[in-house]
Amino acid sequence: MRAPAISIAGSASIGGEHIFGQLAASFPAARWTSLLGASGTGKSTLLRLLAGLSEGISFEGRITSYDGQPLVPRTILMQQADLLLPWASAIENVMIGAALRGELPQEATARKLIADVGLGGLERRKPTELSGGQRQRVALARTLAEDKSVVLLDEPFSALDPGTRRQMQDLSLRLLRGRTVVLVTHDPLEAARLGDRIMLMTGAGIEPVDLPDSISSESRTSDAAAMLMRRLVSAGA
Amino acid sequence: MRGSLKGLAAGGVLLIVWQVLVSAFAIPPFILPGPFAVAGTIGADWQLLGWHAMVTLVEILTSLVLAGLFGTATAIAMAAWQPVRSLTLPVLLLSQAIPIFALAPILTLWLGYGFWSKVVMALLIVYFPITSSFYDGLTHTPRGWLDLGRQVQAKPALLMLRIRIPAALPSLASGLRLAAVYAPIGAVIGEWVGASQGLGYLMLFANGRAKIDLMFAALVVLLAVTLALRAATELLCRSLLKRYPPA
Repeated sequence: MRAPAISIAGSASIGGEHIFGQLAASFPAARWTSLLGASGTGKSTLLRLLAGLSEGISFEGRITSYDGQPLVPRTILMQQADLLLPWASAIENVMIGAALRGELPQEATARKLIADVGLGGLERRKPTELSGGQRQRVALARTLAEDKSVVLLDEPFSALDPGTRRQMQDLSLRLLRGRTVVLVTHDPLEAARLGDRIMLMTGAGIEPVDLPDSISSESRTSDAAAMLMRRLVSAGA
Repeated sequence: MRGSLKGLAAGGVLLIVWQVLVSAFAIPPFILPGPFAVAGTIGADWQLLGWHAMVTLVEILTSLVLAGLFGTATAIAMAAWQPVRSLTLPVLLLSQAIPIFALAPILTLWLGYGFWSKVVMALLIVYFPITSSFYDGLTHTPRGWLDLGRQVQAKPALLMLRIRIPAALPSLASGLRLAAVYAPIGAVIGEWVGASQGLGYLMLFANGRAKIDLMFAALVVLLAVTLALRAATELLCRSLLKRYPPA
């Protein structure tokens, strides 16, 4: 799998209402980019555009993948809601993509993915028999089952309690390595922990945030988060 | 359980009020027989009542099964294909503008005095609630699941089968609950217009012969049939929704 670098430039509106103005951003290949911003700055809209879920959005601009291949078929979006089908077991949910395409389900692969996300033995559980964190793990396994090189995360951890969130973040970091990941979040700490690169999205546009070298490595994350929080607040003011 | 207890209590209160009214105002039995008189008639004429109730019940069940099949098929076709939708939606709405009971004499003219004119009458009444509620559910699939389907390049037919239909089952269930209560009305109207059997026929027959207690007995049996039907539908819907729980 060759994960592409991608870029987006342009403006978007929904039903005549301005969502974001002329902005330009690029996301490096096979790296995590955190897209940090307050609510209402159009982060989710941007992610939906990258995912090809552009229905209802009027977008003027360009979305490019640097290797010149079509982008949308190589993307998969993971949202805050786990979107598990309540009538299907965990393993059926992981294999839902194949089932919806009419392909033979790859049960061995699905089992391995469920084990990878730490839910080995719970394959036959229904979503109602799983905790919120476990459900989001199943959603991660479903995302991995599609094996796409570009993974778009729309605040997938924000509904989890802090401990579970931390575990899910680490798990995702490990399992999504080598893919181009764009993580939309409004949490500076999450942006700093997970992003190889951090972009700040405000009403004025998107700008990359350079973390100063003076931030020492041990306390890098919390210092960076504090700095990002200041930037976020001043951008909102 | 508590619901059925409350229902029984309400029924008991109603029976007491009925008997008190009859006794207090000395209402003659050919105007309004008391609950004891009606119970007596049910006991004495249970074979007659049972036979006619069976006829009406078979009419109702047939209409419900057929309306269920046609209604779900219509709803799925409408949700799946735009041409079907633009063709069917106006017809469905128009059909609701016609008082369907007014069609009963025409149905009897076309289908005769037998079984099918009653079945079709009931079917026409319950077809709309089943179709429209299921269609409503099918067109309100949660957006996230539609996104998911788009992202994994789902085949439209498989998306329908595996996500849109299961997600619309709660809506179908509310349509079926309505249908179970409306279907008996259709069957009885059909029998009033022209029949030689069934509870509706028995009521008119008893009325014509001034057997008011028998008329009330038939009414009580019809009520029991309707309640039983409702309870059975509720059980069916619950087991369906247990298997396919709403999100």
